[in-house]
Order: sequence, then C-alpha cells, then structure tokens
Amino acid sequence: MTGHVFHPGHEELHGVTVVVEGNAGLTYVGRYHEQTPRGVLLHDVAVHDAGSSDHSVPSWLRRLAKFGIQIDRKSAVVPLEELIRVVRLTDLLETLP
Amino acid sequence: MPYDERIVAPMRDELTRLGVKELTTIAEVDGVLGDPHGTQLVFVNSVCGCAAGSARPGLALALQNGVRPQEVYTVFAGQDTEATARARSYFAEYQPSSPSIALFRDGEVVHFVHRYQIEGRSPQAIAAELSAAFERHCGA
Repeated sequence: MTGHVFHPGHEELHGVTVVVEGNAGLTYVGRYHEQTPRGVLLHDVAVHDAGSSDHSVPSWLRRLAKFGIQIDRKSAVVPLEELIRVVRLTDLLETLP
Repeated sequence: MPYDERIVAPMRDELTRLGVKELTTIAEVDGVLGDPHGTQLVFVNSVCGCAAGSARPGLALALQNGVRPQEVYTVFAGQDTEATARARSYFAEYQPSSPSIALFRDGEVVHFVHRYQIEGRSPQAIAAELSAAFERHCGA
C-alpha cells in the first residue's frame, strides 16, 4: 500500500474495497463510503451469511479474490453495534490460510 | 450516464498514445477477441481515481517492459458501454469492475487484475504485477 489517502477529503478507506465483519454471522465485502452514527456505509456489496452459506468465510473470500465481487446489494449500512472490524480486502487476503 | 467526452478524452489519450488500441464498438471487440491468437491484454478504463492514479500509469510503466503482450486493447466502462459489455463477455467468469485488466493467451484468461487489487496501490506496484504476468505468460 502507498499509505496515501485514496480520495482526498474523505476518510482513508473511502473508495477502498473492505471486509466488514459483523457479529450477527454476516460478513460484507464492498467499497467503503463512510462511517456515520448509523453505521458503516458500503457500496456494491457481497454478503456472506454463515447461517445459510455452504462455504466458510475464508473459502468465500478466496473465490471472491479470484473472480471478483458478485454484488448482492447496491449498498448496505452495517450498524455500529454489529461491527466487529473493518479491514482492507487485500490485507485480509494476505492472512488467509 | 456517460461523462462529457471532453472530460474523458484525456483519459483515452493517456492509453492510445502508448499504442493501446481503443475498441469502441461490438464489431471491433469481436474482431480482435473473437479471433484469439497469441497474447492479448484488455484494459477496462474508467473515470475513477484509481484508474488515473494507479492503473493507467501502472500499465504505461509495464508496457516499457521488454516482454509484453503482442496486442494491447482498451474499452472504456461507462462511456462505450456496448463495447465494454462485449469485451467482458470474453471474461464472463470474472465479475465486472473498473478499472480492471485481463491478459489472454490464445483466448484463455491467464491473469486478471480486479479493481480491488488496484485501489490505493502505486503505479509501480501495478506495473510490477503486470510485468511479472507478462514475463510468465508472454515470453517465448
């Protein structure tokens, strides 16, 4: 990473594809827009539901890394109370087994 | 809705002045990708900041490499929509994003760079990745 702000005038992650881990069994991958008191707003979002998916999160992420992000929702707000962490997709992929 | 062509023209020129051939119609796309041979690169151009700051200059650096694809093309997402959709049909297993880069060898995608792999990376980092792919797939 270059360390520079990708879109000046916005948060550092604005416009960057991130993984948002939630505490309700949902994992989101999308382009970070902003964090507000309502939550984290993402655009062009893929969602993994641990309760219904046949694939583990790492397996889902590996496929997504190779073939791209299959958009489930044009946008999503992840409520702050559900938020575990936000991490760049590229950074998280480096940690996968 | 497409941007004003006066805004977009410099973004096209940044590639065409490198010798990258622009494909603006379905017929042009089919004319080259429908006849797969050797190594071909397709750069999906975009008005977004990571195209300007990373992807286009990264491609420019990579094309200075001695080993490079035999043919290099570009389509412009959001501008030449039919040509872009047609080009994407040749790498349909990959989800659309822009900018993005597909490298073909004899019609098969052998390397793909998604937008998420471009965001926030330096042109040098993009060029290094592309150059490695060129060395691997475009050599003798």
